[in-house]
Amino acid sequence: MASSDEELVRRTAELARLSITADEAAHLAPQFARILEHFRTLSEVDLEGVEPTTGAFGLRDVFRADEPRESLSQDEALANAPERIEDFYSVPKTIGGDS
Amino acid sequence: MSVSFGGQPDAVALRDSLAAGEGSVKAVVEECLARIAEHNDRLGAFTRVEDERAHVRAAELDAKRDAGEPLGPLFGVPVAIKANLCWKGAVADCSSKLLANYRPPYDATVVRRLIDADAVIVGSTNMDEFAMGSSTENSAHGEAHNPWDETRTPGGSSGGSAVAVAAGMVPVALGSDTGGSVRQPAALCGLLGLKPTYGRVSRYGLIAFGSSLDAVSPFARTVRDVARTLEVISGACDRDSTCLPLPPYEAVQPADPSRLAGFRIGVPKQCFPPELDAGVRKCVEAALKELERIGCELVPIELPHAELAIPTYYVVATAEASSNLARYDGVSFGQRAGAHGTLQEMFAATREAGFGEEVKRRVLLGTYVLSAGYQDEWYGRAQRARTKILGDYQQAFEDVDLVVGPTSPCTAFRLGEKTADPIAMYQTDLLTVPASLAGLPAISVPCGTSEGLPVGLQLVAPAREDARVLRAAQAFELATDHHRALPPMLQGAGA
Repeated sequence: MASSDEELVRRTAELARLSITADEAAHLAPQFARILEHFRTLSEVDLEGVEPTTGAFGLRDVFRADEPRESLSQDEALANAPERIEDFYSVPKTIGGDS
Repeated sequence: MSVSFGGQPDAVALRDSLAAGEGSVKAVVEECLARIAEHNDRLGAFTRVEDERAHVRAAELDAKRDAGEPLGPLFGVPVAIKANLCWKGAVADCSSKLLANYRPPYDATVVRRLIDADAVIVGSTNMDEFAMGSSTENSAHGEAHNPWDETRTPGGSSGGSAVAVAAGMVPVALGSDTGGSVRQPAALCGLLGLKPTYGRVSRYGLIAFGSSLDAVSPFARTVRDVARTLEVISGACDRDSTCLPLPPYEAVQPADPSRLAGFRIGVPKQCFPPELDAGVRKCVEAALKELERIGCELVPIELPHAELAIPTYYVVATAEASSNLARYDGVSFGQRAGAHGTLQEMFAATREAGFGEEVKRRVLLGTYVLSAGYQDEWYGRAQRARTKILGDYQQAFEDVDLVVGPTSPCTAFRLGEKTADPIAMYQTDLLTVPASLAGLPAISVPCGTSEGLPVGLQLVAPAREDARVLRAAQAFELATDHHRALPPMLQGAGA
């Protein structure tokens, strides 16, 4: 019988696109619970009215001129593709039934 | 008893002697490659040595000198780079199975700048997978070993770069510091490690972990080498929108210790927690006395929200990581698994087969703290706690010039000692994550040894004041001999 921690790990793994095994879930679940427990101080401190920080300095609206510049060739860009067909990345079929 | 490159003690001296026509880049590169060949199998510093490219490069640079052309600020200096920095055509696998044989089609800004400065990149170094770890044990290539005691960790995640410098293979190496990944290994290996102000150095071509925290950071043996490297790699970059619009850093002139006269050094009570190793405490207290002796005033201060730093860091960094690592899906690069299933099955199988345990743990944690129903409770609160941690420093810097304490709560621990306990491993980042969350420049400086293992002193300055940490580090270096201490393997071996 899987614990609720295991259930949580399995649900989160689905969101994270990780196909973890039952053994892994059983191994990770208690660690996960302990880590969250260890981080409890975060829920105990008073943060009422405190603004969130998203980055160290909050630079905003950083633009450069929108001018064409040299970029990778199609072959260079595709050189690391696990699979390609002509000038495209190839992936398993996503629509249109079986095969 | 010293370490030398082309007969010179550090990168700046080496560059100047080569530029003055002494020796050749070829000879220097051969010397470094020979040391790597001698020690690397044992130490696990480099995961890929690019001998051929280094030889070609050396010949080009020697020809450049022969032709009387102007020579760059790192002319002929062998440099190692962490395996998460893109160098066109060389493997940048982040020590992950998932990125095995990934060869970036472009150079990181820092790599381009090293090349433009006439440095010779000799290879890429071992790391915790995707920079997630504090011991360089989470690596698809196996662990790295500390030259001071090979049964111990060099720290992490940039452990390979630290070992490469500590073992005398190269005078300078680049790592990346997200929560201490350069400062902590610098401390554990008896080196200098500088995390510049966030945004001082471009992140373009640094394979992302925690984007609001990541900082490309140098290791070296002398402050002037750190300063020279920062001078080369820093400065505005139009390919990184978080890069500060600042000119390249200008290296400090040689300082004498008296330049620190009147400096107010804040010593936070929270940097000396009960779990601090007694030997570390002793070295750091002696270093503080030394700073006092050269004219600094020690001021006891508080960083009241320090206890929030570890949870805040691990929530923010894993949240950002879970988003950054979403790109590893087997489509555009890396190793694909489950190719015969559906698209979704292929994604999940690729990630399951390619990621190691710690990466999975952090991706899960990051996904959880961002998931519907938990985001406000975890990620939202961590962002607000980060504001509190920033505020602690702002308050402290109203009264003091630098905040100083130990870099790591312990010296190099034994390989395997903390691998079964993620929380114990995370706790080793206790003293480095606050400056990361606040984006501040921070350096680890050697300040002695405890039971034969190096101890690091951390100096933190206000944002953009990289020059201040380097000036203070240089004054400390001039006043002490700690940076000259060498691991046993190099004692009596040098020129």
